[in-house]
Amino acid sequence: MEFETVIGLEIHAQMKTRSKIFCGCTTEFGAPPNTHTCPVCLGMPGALPVLNRRVVEFAIKVGLSTNSRINRVNQFARKNYFYPDLPKGYQTSQFDRPIIENGFIDIEVDGGLKRIGITRIHMEEDAGKLIHDEREPVSYVDLNRTGTPLLEIVSEPDMRSPQEAYSYLKKIHAILRYLDVCDGNMQEGSFRCDANISLRPFGQKEFGTRTELKNMNSFRNVQAALEYEVRRQRDLLLEGEPVIQQTMLWNPDTGRTEPMRGKEDAHDYRYFPCPDLIPVEIDEAWIDALRASLPELPDQRRQRFIDAFGLPEYDAVILTESKELADYFEAAVAVYDQPKKVSNWMMTELLRELKGGEIGDCRVQPLQLASLLKMIEAGTISGKIAKSVFIDMLDSGKDPEWIVKDKNLLQVSDESELLALVKEIIAANPGQVDEYRGGKTKVMGFFIGQLMQKTRGKANPKLANELFNKELWG
Amino acid sequence: MEPYELTITEAVALMADRKLSSTELTKSCLDRIEQTEAVMKSFISLQPDRALRAAADADKKRAAGAGGSLLGVPLSLKDLLCTRGIPTTCGSRILENFIPPYDATVVERLSAEGAVIVGKAAMDEFAMGSTSETCAFKVPSNPWATDCVAGGSSGGSAASVASGQVLGSLGSDTGGSIRQPASLCGIVGMKPTYGRVSRYGLVAFASSLDQIGPLTRDVTDAAVMMQAICGYDERDSTSVDRPVEDYHLFLSEGVNGVRIGVPREYFGPGLDPEVRRTVMNGVEVLKSAGAQVVDVSIPHIEYCVAVYYLIAPAEASSNLARYDGVAYGFRDKNAADLLDMYKETRSQGFGPEVKRRILIGTYALSSGYYDAYYKKASQVRTLILNDFKKAWEQCDVLISPVTPTPAWKKGEKLDDPLAMYLSDIFTLSTNLAGLPGLSVPGGFSTGGLPIGIQLQAPHFHEGELLRCGYNLEMGVNLERLLPPLMNAV
Ligand SMILES: [Zn+2]
Repeated sequence: MEFETVIGLEIHAQMKTRSKIFCGCTTEFGAPPNTHTCPVCLGMPGALPVLNRRVVEFAIKVGLSTNSRINRVNQFARKNYFYPDLPKGYQTSQFDRPIIENGFIDIEVDGGLKRIGITRIHMEEDAGKLIHDEREPVSYVDLNRTGTPLLEIVSEPDMRSPQEAYSYLKKIHAILRYLDVCDGNMQEGSFRCDANISLRPFGQKEFGTRTELKNMNSFRNVQAALEYEVRRQRDLLLEGEPVIQQTMLWNPDTGRTEPMRGKEDAHDYRYFPCPDLIPVEIDEAWIDALRASLPELPDQRRQRFIDAFGLPEYDAVILTESKELADYFEAAVAVYDQPKKVSNWMMTELLRELKGGEIGDCRVQPLQLASLLKMIEAGTISGKIAKSVFIDMLDSGKDPEWIVKDKNLLQVSDESELLALVKEIIAANPGQVDEYRGGKTKVMGFFIGQLMQKTRGKANPKLANELFNKELWG
Repeated sequence: MEPYELTITEAVALMADRKLSSTELTKSCLDRIEQTEAVMKSFISLQPDRALRAAADADKKRAAGAGGSLLGVPLSLKDLLCTRGIPTTCGSRILENFIPPYDATVVERLSAEGAVIVGKAAMDEFAMGSTSETCAFKVPSNPWATDCVAGGSSGGSAASVASGQVLGSLGSDTGGSIRQPASLCGIVGMKPTYGRVSRYGLVAFASSLDQIGPLTRDVTDAAVMMQAICGYDERDSTSVDRPVEDYHLFLSEGVNGVRIGVPREYFGPGLDPEVRRTVMNGVEVLKSAGAQVVDVSIPHIEYCVAVYYLIAPAEASSNLARYDGVAYGFRDKNAADLLDMYKETRSQGFGPEVKRRILIGTYALSSGYYDAYYKKASQVRTLILNDFKKAWEQCDVLISPVTPTPAWKKGEKLDDPLAMYLSDIFTLSTNLAGLPGLSVPGGFSTGGLPIGIQLQAPHFHEGELLRCGYNLEMGVNLERLLPPLMNAV
C-alpha cells in the first residue's frame, strides 16, 4: 500500500522589537540572569501589561506579506498553566480572535508552484528559561526572555512531503527576514518550528493519526526528522500497528524521533479573554501605511532576478531564499555585470563552502568575489586556480589580487615561456608523440598535464592547447 | 473636639490657617489607634514612624508655601494597594512577607498631594468576602457594635475611618467591597466608573470588575479624594483617557429637576423593613429638594449573583495562579518536588474562601464547561448593562439600598457562603456594568446600626453622583453621630 504524507507546521518567531511585548524591558540576549526584568514581566502582584505597538505592526506586516486577513479587532487571551518559567501562571496569547487569519504562501515544488494555507498568526509572549545545575538537585529560573514578543504562525495541513515542509519553512523564514521582523536564528531559538505529521492511504480523505515533532533546531533537522517519521509511521502501518498520537522529540545524535518522556496529559489551558488588555483595534490608515512601507519580498525579488538578470528560476529561488544571499548577489553584480557567472559561482563554490552557515559570517565580501571573477575573465588566473584562491579568501578574508601575487599564482600566458616548456615535453616523450600523431588525440591530456605540473597549474590552458597543436603538427 | 474627629476638608482648612499642624493631627490619629486598635483591629500593619516623618515633611512644605489637596492628612490604605518598601499582604499568608518594590499609581497620586500614610488596612483575603473575616491576620470590628462585622472586603478601611483612626482611606470594590463596609460602618464610600482610576499596583482579584475608590466621613471628602486619584494612567490599558471633572463644583449644585430612578427589583421581599424605610426616606429627601422620582426596572438584576460568582472567580483563578512559591511570597520549603511545591504552597498559603473561588473559577473556565458558564455569564453581563442603559433613558441617578440588612454579628454567615454571597445582591450589578456607585449614610436601625443608601449613575457621571450624594447627606442631616466607641474608649 502506498501512503500519502500530511504535514502541518507551527512556527514560533521571536519579534525583533527593542522592548518586550508588555513592558519596557529590553529584549537583548546574553545579560546576567534576571537583569532584564521589571514588575510587569516578573508577574508581580498589581503589575499590568501595556501592549507594545511595534509588535502589532510587525504582525500586520507579516499578515500583509502572506496574503492574510488582518482582523480589525482582535484580542489577547490567557493560556493558563503552571510552570516555573511562566511567572504569572498564564501566558498572554491570542485564542479565538487572533490578529491574522486565512492566508497562504506559494512554494516552489518540482518547477511549479504550490499553495500552502496559513490558518492563523497570533501574537504572544515568550516564557523564561530554566537553568539546571547538574551538581545540585535544584533548578534556577531566568526570566530575561519572559515577555519577548512571539508570532505563532500555524499552517494548514497542506504539505505532502518533508521537502515541501522544508520549502515552506524556508519561505516563511525568508519573508520574516525580508521584513526584518525576526532574527531567524534556529540554533539560538529565535525561529522555532514544531510539526504535525500523519500518513494516510492515497485516496483516503480522513487524516491518519498524527504525531507532533519537536526539538528540530535547524532546517535540515526539520527535513530529516520528518523523513524519519514518515518511514517510522509507514513501517508501523504496513505492519498493521497503530500510530500513537504523541509528541516525539528529534534526536539529532541518533537521527531518530523518540517519544517525549513523562506523562502526556491532555492540557486544559482554560483560555479566556485577558481582562487586563482591551481589544486591539486596527484602522485602515494604519494598515495602508504599513502596506506602503513593505520592502520587496522574496517572490517579487525572485521574479526580478529572472527578469532583470536573466537567471534561471532554480538559481533565482535559491539566491532569494535568504535576504542576505540575495543582497550579496546584487552587490557582486553591481561591480561585475555577469549575473549568470556570479550566480554559478555562488551556487557552487560559495554555498558549498558555507556548509549551511550564514552568508553574514562569510569572510569573502561581494566586491572581493567580483574581483576574483574579473581575474578569471581577464585570464589573469585560471578557473581552477581561482577555486583555491577562493578557499584562501574564505580563510583569510584577503583580497584575491593580494593572494595571487603573494602565492605567485598568476597565469602564465607568455607564449615564449610556455613554448620552451612545450618543446621540452615533446622532446622528452617521443612515444606519446608518436601515439598522438597516430590518431590517439586523447594523449593531449597527458601533454597538458605535464605542462601544468611544470608550471604548478598556472599555464593558460587555452594557449597551451594551441601551442601543443602547433608543435605536434607543425 | 479632637483633631482625629475632623473631616479631611476641615483638617486641611485648619492646617492652611496654621491652627493645626500635620504632626499634631497625625499624632492625634496615632494616639487614637493606640487606644482603639486592640478592639478595632483595622490594621494589618502600621507605619507610625514613617507617618510622623511624612507629617513633619508636610508641615515643612506648608511652611514653605507648598499646597496639595491632602497635604498632611493621615490616611489608611487597603492592604492590596502596593506600597514601595512596605509589606502588602492582601490579607493572605501567601503574601505575608511580600514587600513591593513599587507604589501603586493611586499611592503615587496620594503622595503627590501630600497625604500621610499611617498603615495598611485589614481586608478579606484577596478581597474575597463581605465581612473581612477571611483575612488571615485580623478581623476588623464595626465601631458601632464591636461584636458586629465591619463589612468587606474593605472592612479595615471602613473601620479605620469610622472609628477615628484616620481621616480617610482607599479601598477597592469588585462587587461592593467599598460601598458595603461604608454602609455598615456609617461612612461614605465611592466606587468610580471602571477605567476612571488606574488599577496599576492594585493586587488583582477580578480584573474586569476591580476599581479603587475612597472611604471618607462625608461626601465632600469623597470628592477631594476622588479628585486626587482619578485620571488616565498609561500603565493601565483599561484606564480611560478622558479629562477628570472638577468634582467640587458639583457639590454646590442642587438637585432641582434631577431624575431619580427607583429600581423596583431592589425593593423585593427579602429587604429589611428598616433598610427600606431608610432608603425611601432618602427618596423623599431628594424629592423635597426638587428632584423628580421615576419608577424604573432592571429586569436582569436577579442574575447578578450567578453572573458575578462565575466571572469574578474565573478571573481570580487566573490572577492568583502567580502565587506559586517560585519568585516571591510564601513557599513550602519542605516540598519534595515541583508539583509538591505548587500543591503545598497553595494549600497552606490560601485560606478556604480563596480556594473555594479558585475552584469555582477553574471549573467555569474548563473545557466543556466554558460555554455553559463563563461565556453564558459574559452574555448575561451584557444584558444587565443594557438594562442600565435603558434605565438611563428615564433617569439620571438610581437610588437603592446598599445591603439587604444592617451589619450582622461576627461569625454569623462565615460558614454559609451562599448567604454571604446573597448579601452582595444590590452592589454587584454596578461592577458588572462598570458603573460608578456611591454609598451615603441614610440613618440608623433601631438597634443603632448605620444604614447606607446607594446611588448609581451612568459611566463617568461621578460628578452627578457626588452632587446627589451631597444633597442626600444635607437633607438626611444626621448629626455627626460618633460611634459609641469613639467616646467610650
Ligand atoms: Zn519587564
